[in-house]
Amino acid sequence: MSIPPPPFSGPPAGIPRLELSGITKRYPSVVANDGIKLKVGPGEIHAVLGENGAGKSTLMKIIYGAVQADAGQIQWNGREVVVANPAEARRLGIGMVFQHFSLFETLSVVENIALALDEPFDLKALAIRVKEVSTRYGLPLDPDRLVHSLSVGERQRVEIVRCLLQEPQLLILDEPTSVLTPQAVQKLFETLRRLAAEGVSILYISHKLHEIQSLCHSATVMRGGKVTGTATPSRETPASLARMMIGRELPVCEVPAYTGIATPALTVNKLSLVPDDPFGTRLQDIDLEVHRGEILGIAGISGNGQAELLAALSGETTSTPDSVKLVGLPVGHLDAGRRRKHGLAFVPEERLGRGAVPSMSLADNATLTAQRQGLVKKGFLRPKAAWDFAKRCIERFDVRCGGPGAAARSLSGGNLQKFIVGREIMQQPIAMVVAQPTWGVDVGAAAFLRQTLIDLSRQGVAILVISEELEELFEICDRIAVLAEGRLGPAVPKAETNAEKIGMQMSGLFAPADKEPAHATA
Amino acid sequence: MPLLEPRPTPSARMRLLSPLIAIGLTLAVGSLLFLALGKNPVEAFTVFFVQPLSSGNGWSELMVKAGPLILIAQGLAIGFRARIYNIGAEGQLIVGALAGGGVAIALDGVDAWWVLPLMVVAGAIGGALWGAVPALLKTRFNAEETLTTLMLTYIASFTLSYMVNGPWRDPEGMNFPQSIMFGDPALFSPWFEGMRVNASILIAAVASIAFWIFTSRSFLAYQLTVGGLAPAAARYAGFSAQRTVWVSLVLSGLTAGLAGVGEVAGPVGQLNLNISPGYGFAAIIVAYLGRLNAVGIVLAGLLMALLYLGGEAAQVALQLPAAITGLFQGMLLFFLLGTDVFVDYRLKPRPKPAYA
Repeated sequence: MSIPPPPFSGPPAGIPRLELSGITKRYPSVVANDGIKLKVGPGEIHAVLGENGAGKSTLMKIIYGAVQADAGQIQWNGREVVVANPAEARRLGIGMVFQHFSLFETLSVVENIALALDEPFDLKALAIRVKEVSTRYGLPLDPDRLVHSLSVGERQRVEIVRCLLQEPQLLILDEPTSVLTPQAVQKLFETLRRLAAEGVSILYISHKLHEIQSLCHSATVMRGGKVTGTATPSRETPASLARMMIGRELPVCEVPAYTGIATPALTVNKLSLVPDDPFGTRLQDIDLEVHRGEILGIAGISGNGQAELLAALSGETTSTPDSVKLVGLPVGHLDAGRRRKHGLAFVPEERLGRGAVPSMSLADNATLTAQRQGLVKKGFLRPKAAWDFAKRCIERFDVRCGGPGAAARSLSGGNLQKFIVGREIMQQPIAMVVAQPTWGVDVGAAAFLRQTLIDLSRQGVAILVISEELEELFEICDRIAVLAEGRLGPAVPKAETNAEKIGMQMSGLFAPADKEPAHATA
Repeated sequence: MPLLEPRPTPSARMRLLSPLIAIGLTLAVGSLLFLALGKNPVEAFTVFFVQPLSSGNGWSELMVKAGPLILIAQGLAIGFRARIYNIGAEGQLIVGALAGGGVAIALDGVDAWWVLPLMVVAGAIGGALWGAVPALLKTRFNAEETLTTLMLTYIASFTLSYMVNGPWRDPEGMNFPQSIMFGDPALFSPWFEGMRVNASILIAAVASIAFWIFTSRSFLAYQLTVGGLAPAAARYAGFSAQRTVWVSLVLSGLTAGLAGVGEVAGPVGQLNLNISPGYGFAAIIVAYLGRLNAVGIVLAGLLMALLYLGGEAAQVALQLPAAITGLFQGMLLFFLLGTDVFVDYRLKPRPKPAYA
């Protein structure tokens, strides 16, 4: 093993904290882990790098005891163990922070933490300990606050503190930064470095190369369920890491200039909405305008009104007629089907269950939104036309599947997304709203989808993209606005902003010149 | 730890076979039951399933019973596909019978061809209105239709009891809770002398064909199915959830109401407290046994009718209690739901114990 970079203070030699060998897990349709080898020393921050579906999450679940391996050994501090369940993992000193939190919104921070403890507790004493631990690691938390009033970053702190209370020797973090602002990411990294300096080993799962380079001492790269290499991230380049991760060069998008006339196509005018869901976000005075030939990006962390804005744009929730206009036509009061008739297309974040019916075939799923393309006549279905439509979509957008008769749920995330995007594009929309276009999609399909969106906009379609991935927005968008706490900042040309400025806005701090300060909230 | 895990791809063949497996299991457990009661299973099953069909009258009775079951189940299946669970078809049947019967009583003595069609229309409207009540409660107040439809069944049943004990009681009926016997213009006339089978089963037949076309080809049925399979997808596509509720409940109420008229203008011939031997509830089993498919429902309805007949024969020939019919219906539903679980799921192997 090579000599680690300076902040690595743990003993480099000796017994590793965790050593996996030959870990194999087979699922009926796929081998998720195939003979995995992995070694983490005490105080080492070790990245597990790989695309979606590479088998990272399965491996972590095996270490945490949530899934049992079919074969292979786990050595913990030099002793062979079988981790039968998560409680056992915690007893051994393994903690895990999941990508999706499991907190009760109506309970306080300390109550939530108490619920996860395996031993009896005293709520008051626990609150004091929570406070102690959280200040010590730079994760300020008020134990008595109710979880629903916390931001996503604060909720993650609750999860981390919950793990830290059990004094783990190994902490697993699954894509921890996908919900954080750039500034919050820096804070999290400081905490992790401090933990590592105290000898805690950290397994850090991510596909974000620059994060891994700035944080991790070592990395294990996975592809298709196998380990394809180990690396010292600080000695690699993003391109070389990407090559290990996807097995070829990282594709780059081409962004030509729009040559047509940029008239407004989709306009939102003083849109305010109170959500039905008590934990939803209230939209306040949203103004935006998307022109033909451009892609407008909306950055921000989920939970800041993204879901509500999308539903208001698609027509899944309705508002006053003038609040949403399509080429000047008021459509705010129309449902999703009627708006589609006027030329609005929409690709939702959830592909299975919203963008497509999981158990239905692709041909039947074509009818879901493309009925007006001759797939329905006088109230009766035209199965042949739906079949042909699906077939054309599969061919044109390179959807890898078993044909138009394949059930939507049999497709991988990326291929289903290509089908849904294709289905919407084939309806020749005037404006298109796309949520998280490449979420959970492998790098190859993501590049294809991004290029598809750019090309579509250059044909004169107005495109609005809502994404949590800042890099993606900077790659494909012409202008970017930030949605924070239900308010939308001004749309700024990409060249005039950067990740740091956008990160500031994500925390709700709009520059005073642009917008009323955030404390003006009633 | 859960003992079941989802299968990656549920087998389409097993989904079609599972009703047959459920029937087989019902017969197997039924045999044990007969043995425990000291009856020879072979003889018992002969009485149950063969004897009823050994005469012309037996076939006639089969049709008489299968008609309403199939008719109601076709309507229910539409709602079940959309995950709208109308379990109050019995009440809608009763209200349909009351509406049709009311017309017959009001027009007693009128000898015209249009009396019977008017009764049928009144019954359909009555049942549809009774189905519209839970639809209104659901769309307006988000009240769970499983509860409201069932509760409305009790209201319907007590209304029937009140009417035949009060305003519509036959003055010459020796104080029995029943209405007058309907006149010939208000009755479906039997096709064969001495048998009860009549033209009302044509309603079930026509309805089955109509529902088959509706479910397999219409865009409205497609929307209902999407609403049941993936409510968020239906919203995303702009299909109205409210319309789904209304169509499901009104349509199933309508078919149940038609079945109600068929009974009072057919085998029963008057309003009394026994116009339905639980057809509205048994039809729920028929709908699922038939895989919510129009053709499957016809087959399932015939089987369920045979269970009714077999149960009656078993009471007479084997001196078994009347509960035997319900027992077989219950077993059939139980095994069907059980086999369905194993179409979608399989047993999960237990994890090896820890030795750390």
